[in-house]
Amino acid sequence: MSGQRAAYRRRQTAFRWVALTVAVAAFAAPLLGAFDFTTQGPGGNGRTAETWLTLVDVSKVTTDYPALREGFLASVSLAIVTPLVMLLILVPTMTWVRLRLPGLSRTVEFICLLPLTVPAIVLVVGLGPVYAWVYYLLGSSTLWLSLAYVVLVLPYAYRSLDAGLRAIDVRTLSEAARSLGASWFTVMRRIVLPNLRSAVLSASFLSVALVLGEFTIALLFSKKNLQVAMYELGKSDAKISVAVGLLALAFAFLVLFAMSFVGSSTAGSSPFARLRRSRAVRKEPAA
Amino acid sequence: MTLAPTRGTAVRLTDLHRVYGGVAALDGLTLHIEPGEFVALLGPSGCGKTTALRCLAGLEDPDSGTVEVGGHDLTRVPANKRDMGMVFQAYSLFPHMTARQNVEFGLELRGRDRATRQARTAEMLDLVGLDTHADKYAHQLSGGQQQRVALARALAIEPQVLLLDEPLSALDAKVRAQLRDEIRRIQLEVGTTTLFVTHDQEEALAVADRVGVMSVGRLEQLAPPAELYSAPQTPFVADFVGLTNRVRARVEGTTAHLLGGSVPLLPGSASGPEALVLVRPEGVHVEHAADGTASVVSASFLGGHGRVIVRIPDGTLLTVQVANTEVTGFAPGDPVSLSPRGDAALAVAG
Repeated sequence: MSGQRAAYRRRQTAFRWVALTVAVAAFAAPLLGAFDFTTQGPGGNGRTAETWLTLVDVSKVTTDYPALREGFLASVSLAIVTPLVMLLILVPTMTWVRLRLPGLSRTVEFICLLPLTVPAIVLVVGLGPVYAWVYYLLGSSTLWLSLAYVVLVLPYAYRSLDAGLRAIDVRTLSEAARSLGASWFTVMRRIVLPNLRSAVLSASFLSVALVLGEFTIALLFSKKNLQVAMYELGKSDAKISVAVGLLALAFAFLVLFAMSFVGSSTAGSSPFARLRRSRAVRKEPAA
Repeated sequence: MTLAPTRGTAVRLTDLHRVYGGVAALDGLTLHIEPGEFVALLGPSGCGKTTALRCLAGLEDPDSGTVEVGGHDLTRVPANKRDMGMVFQAYSLFPHMTARQNVEFGLELRGRDRATRQARTAEMLDLVGLDTHADKYAHQLSGGQQQRVALARALAIEPQVLLLDEPLSALDAKVRAQLRDEIRRIQLEVGTTTLFVTHDQEEALAVADRVGVMSVGRLEQLAPPAELYSAPQTPFVADFVGLTNRVRARVEGTTAHLLGGSVPLLPGSASGPEALVLVRPEGVHVEHAADGTASVVSASFLGGHGRVIVRIPDGTLLTVQVANTEVTGFAPGDPVSLSPRGDAALAVAG
């Protein structure tokens, strides 16, 4: 019996390794191919680091590829603004619905999940007239793309925040805070948000990931984010474009990794908190 | 009537109505609480006791009626401006804060300086016996400890009124009894007017100066525990508070004749030649009698006392309380005789 179990466990382990190898190969092969392409010499002969050396020289990139700089700054700005707008809209709305209008929760859920069923091109057609007014009234900054991006991230952010709200007794906590004298703003800032920390970070994480990879809507609205800039650069300098693509992937990975590093820690147990505590302990004898 | 030291504030709920989807949770509730008094609202689920407390806290708006505290009309004042401390049924400590931070929270909102906050927090945690647990988070505290911290947090702001919404119901029996006594001790010490909502009659009778029994949104009776128990004004109160036997009796004026004896009737009793008299288990005496017309159905030892279930000739089952040393003397089938002890009782038509 135990022999059968051991054989089953061995088969399971082997399957896991095969699946992992296939997955890693599927992800790594295009990246390695892209890297190989960026290091090919003229006419495909030999190896050169010229492309990467160009990208390391920030001043050269700024002067020779201004669109790249513009797109990068736009994407970073959008990656900051979009989660903020999303959180400002969703967290109070979802909390309020949970506390005061529970009958509306299905409607809010439906509205938030709706963008999943709408293709980007249809969304652009729908948003076109809205953006015409936005540009007319508020100017044509690329940052306005964040409004469309908020719509795109709604389904993912909703799911994440909903799970967070389900995990705590929002009603009792907010009523306790209210009875102690807290305004609704204080309840949100001091009680709800800190207890939704993981959910908020998770929703932000998804928003940043979506924004850093978004191409279709920006292109269709003729706005230049990093993806659009890379796409345009690819027409004139393919190697630089591909190298920037690799760097963008690495950048997105680092941002998301940093966010998950912060988000996965619970209050008081994050590496930062542990560091602060150890410093405090070290200081204590002196005090 | 025993009252706590009069350091608190008077509370007046007048003709409160609150309807949820066609069902009246409060149907003209009027309740006046004296300064420093500890009043318990008792009633079955859905009787409106929590709604009454939430209306007082400002967490619910009554459809009509007024809420006055210290002579000020607070009916439309939001919860955060009412200056009331509340302890909830569910554990309500803020999970991201330590016990100390939880207690400090209300003081911080009131703009107290750090030294005052720290001193008051230490005093409150000491009052509830948790000064050594100040730096623990909610998940590091037991249920009883969490409710103590919640009590300290509610009292730290020196509220006009302390509201307790079934704060013991999630605790096990032993902790519940301990914390119940502690709540009473603390309330007497600080003298805050307190409204305590519970469905547990023992809890209500043990701690309150007066107990209000509610039914379908109305206050049936508000009286000191002993009076409520011994002189219920309505059949509902008699049934809800303590165990009650319904015994058929012959009524003559203010006296009922039953079980071979007689008892005086309480005001509000039904008149007529025949009625059902509500008799407490301890209001009946049972003894062995070879020619007894009643027979023992079962006998149970309950620790502090015993309980004997007896069938009388008309088939009615009566519960009789006996001393715990006597209960073992009764066995199923034993012939016994019953007699009333003479305590006043309420008679209802039937």
